[in-house]
Amino acid sequence: MSGATLLKESGPKEVFCGLTSIVWLHRRMPDAFFLVVGSRTCAHLIQSAAGVMIFAEPRFGTAILEERDLAGLADAHDELNRVVKNLLARRPEIKTLFLVGSCPSEVIKIDLSRVAENLNIELKGQVTVLNYSGSGIETTFTQGEDGALKALIPLMPKSDQKKLLLVGTLANAVEDRLISIFNRLGIDNVESFPPRQSTELPSIGPETKVLLTQPYLTDTARELKNKGAEIIEAPFPLGVTGSTLWIQAAANSFGIDKSIIDSILNPLISRAKKALEPHVEKLSGKKLFLLPESQLEIPLARFLSNECGMEIVEIGTPYLNRDLMKAEIDLLPPDCRIVEGQHVEKQLDRVRDSSPDLVVCGMGLANPLEAEGISTKWSIEMVFSPIHGIDQASDLAELFSRPLRRHDILNPTKTLTSN
Amino acid sequence: MELTLWTYEGPPHIGAMRIATSMKKLHYVLHAPQGDTYADLLFTMIERRGSRPPVTYTTFQARDLGGDTAELVKGHIKEAVDRFNPEALLVGESCTAELIQDQPGSLAKGMGFDIPIVSLELPAYSKKENWGGSETFYQIVRTLLKDHSKELKQTWQEEKRRPRVNLLGPTLLGFRCRDDVLEIQKLLGQYGIDVNVVAPLGASPADILRIPNADVNVCLYPEIAESTCIWLERNLNIPFTTTVPLGVGATQDFLKELHKVLEMEIPQSVNESNNSKLTWYSNSVDSNYLTGKRVFIFGDGTHALAAARIANEELGFKVVGLGTYSREMARKVRPAAKALGLEALITNDYLEVEDAIKETSPELVLGTQMERHSAKRLGIPCAVISTPMHVQDVPARYSPQMGWEGANVIFDDWVHPLMMGLEEHLIGMFKHDFEFVDGHQSHLGHLGGKGNQNTNKEAIKTNLQDSVITDGDPIWTHEGEKELSKIPFFVRGKVRRNTENYARQAGCREINEETLYDAKAHYKA
Ligand code: SF4
Ligand code: SF4
Repeated sequence: MSGATLLKESGPKEVFCGLTSIVWLHRRMPDAFFLVVGSRTCAHLIQSAAGVMIFAEPRFGTAILEERDLAGLADAHDELNRVVKNLLARRPEIKTLFLVGSCPSEVIKIDLSRVAENLNIELKGQVTVLNYSGSGIETTFTQGEDGALKALIPLMPKSDQKKLLLVGTLANAVEDRLISIFNRLGIDNVESFPPRQSTELPSIGPETKVLLTQPYLTDTARELKNKGAEIIEAPFPLGVTGSTLWIQAAANSFGIDKSIIDSILNPLISRAKKALEPHVEKLSGKKLFLLPESQLEIPLARFLSNECGMEIVEIGTPYLNRDLMKAEIDLLPPDCRIVEGQHVEKQLDRVRDSSPDLVVCGMGLANPLEAEGISTKWSIEMVFSPIHGIDQASDLAELFSRPLRRHDILNPTKTLTSN
Repeated sequence: MELTLWTYEGPPHIGAMRIATSMKKLHYVLHAPQGDTYADLLFTMIERRGSRPPVTYTTFQARDLGGDTAELVKGHIKEAVDRFNPEALLVGESCTAELIQDQPGSLAKGMGFDIPIVSLELPAYSKKENWGGSETFYQIVRTLLKDHSKELKQTWQEEKRRPRVNLLGPTLLGFRCRDDVLEIQKLLGQYGIDVNVVAPLGASPADILRIPNADVNVCLYPEIAESTCIWLERNLNIPFTTTVPLGVGATQDFLKELHKVLEMEIPQSVNESNNSKLTWYSNSVDSNYLTGKRVFIFGDGTHALAAARIANEELGFKVVGLGTYSREMARKVRPAAKALGLEALITNDYLEVEDAIKETSPELVLGTQMERHSAKRLGIPCAVISTPMHVQDVPARYSPQMGWEGANVIFDDWVHPLMMGLEEHLIGMFKHDFEFVDGHQSHLGHLGGKGNQNTNKEAIKTNLQDSVITDGDPIWTHEGEKELSKIPFFVRGKVRRNTENYARQAGCREINEETLYDAKAHYKA
């Protein structure tokens, strides 16, 4: 590994739990439903994080455990059965039902896999019932997607076809764009996982080459490997360099000629670099502090420092998967400080000490930092926005230059105070 | 197990956070997994607060569970006390910690701090947010004041000073609490009454210790403060007022009640009609169109009750539905609904509320942000009167709900989603003009009534199909349908049902124009 300093920290954290992934997963697979088996807290979390009020009938809900469910476990299984059947009666269009474990359901040891198994036998044909954990004692934020995808893998059909499988939820438009680029390179058989319909799972086999689009898919990658697929090692498709290396890695593993790769990517690269210029001007030399949340922190820091000239104070990450992140860490400028885990108070002390120009953080911390005169960017936006790929590099940069521009417009000299 | 797609209230520890964050110099150590920290964003984003809630989460993980979570809790408590140096410490747990039974409260008490420690037990699997807030406030007040002697105090008359009251109950994430407090303070000032302590909003533990210096407690938000007021009355002989000054009538009643408890003469000015513009605006000719407007009310107990009274007595609406999500307030809401000839809707299920709205076909919905969404889908105008909070409910401008100014704000907020009188009048006169489509209404009822129209068309279809199957059912003739379509959309559903019932009773096989009028006469609709 390169010169990055890897530190570990423990203490109070300020991150979402894995349940939050439901917020984008349910939009990706509109024929699926996510039923959290948890507490009122879990229900409140997804509704607060998701702004559910905007959905007439969200494709997620919570089976809230009550006093009497805690008393007898057997009953909890029956109760869950009843709730699931009620739900399916009301929402007959659901094709895949994810039972999502939470902290309470795990602590009292409700065996969701058994419930899912029984329901699958009973409801055969109507709906597939799967389970995974999004609990805050096991997972953080984006890890929920890892769990959901892992749960789908056993259902993937086998295939010996040579293909490229893009793994991780992307914005549809971005995904279409990336697929068309691969097609132009001569890779015709490109599929994605998760699919846009939960029932249209891609097939998998020894000829499947997997390209991860998101860095938080540790378990999914391992399971796909167990199914015989090959994981292509690459940095993640953020920024011009990351996306280029990512596409090249796939093209190389399909044996595409370098001259073809260059002829297709070079025009995209020079266009993207041009589009980046105004943002580079704004971002260059500015200090960036990334607090841990989405697992995208390392690739983002790599892009913002290498391509936008930002100075990285610290990269926080909820956990560090050294294998998946290796290619990224190698690209980081030397002496970058990566802190795995969190002690939110100490970390905020460091933020204040270093007075960065921009902090990437969770939603709970943004306004307090803004009130101290520090511009912020919400981590959660990265998982919703179309930021992947060469063509998106300037849009990605814009997400970071905008708060700086805004701050300059509104506060040419002063700092903000609020109550 | 209860299936929810959306909920009006969070868990009880969110109520506790509302109290802790409302107060100063207090810190809350919450034994909870990392994901529960989402709660901070309720304050920093919805309320746009520039500081984090004073909460330290222990954020334990699965791997901690095998080991000694108690040590982890103690470590966090110590760090929090060292770092934040609070005047008092709240210690509690969220739903997951409740299951692992570390009893952080007693752990904290055994750590030898010389500050008061309030240990919270909030059963997460049976109680909800408002209950948690109320219990937390009660426990803070009780812990801090339990050794306060009950000695007979001197009255304000004996001490020859102005009377003093406490305003109890306002919190963050409460509906317009911040402005209500200012408004009530101003109001009381006009009557020579001083405010001693406002709590929990803005109070420190030291302020709580000053609560006994007041002559009377004003229970502004019963959801949060009632149990505390009862305790203070029993233990420290401080009486409290029970009228919540929402609306003109209630503000008058509140002032009268307060003067009475304080043994002050009730000033004549309380009854003057120009205290609030609501009274005159409501009497003005433009408001004629408000007569009998059918309104559906749903929200927290306090605001729903107040809304029913204002709607009925001060705006001349007809309340066609009244309910609350707060089971603790059902005791008060039920009789209020009964007095209006209704059965109170006590439910936590927003879909049930939406159904009730459909069923009653109101012309205006007064509800929470969720009812605003439901009403929008149904094409009915809506004003928001209650929590749960949305960033829209924390306006930059001053907009109290309580007192005279609050009544002004309420008049505007409720009436604006409707058409104004002149507008409605003109549309009535020109309705045959081609520009006016059926069901034209305020821009705020986004579907312009079309949503209802469509549902009705759907209903017509299903009805016709039904009538084929169950051949006992009356069938609408073309004329009947045509006449029905002239009836305003918001009562059309009801008229349809009534007419069909009538036809069935009367044994008509067909519903034509005449049947419709017969039915109308029959129901005096
Ligand atoms: S995010 Fe906004 S709209 Fe959604 S539940 Fe919370 S307050 Fe309501
Ligand atoms: S951290 Fe655990 S209890 Fe809290 S919302 Fe997430 S899954 Fe539910």
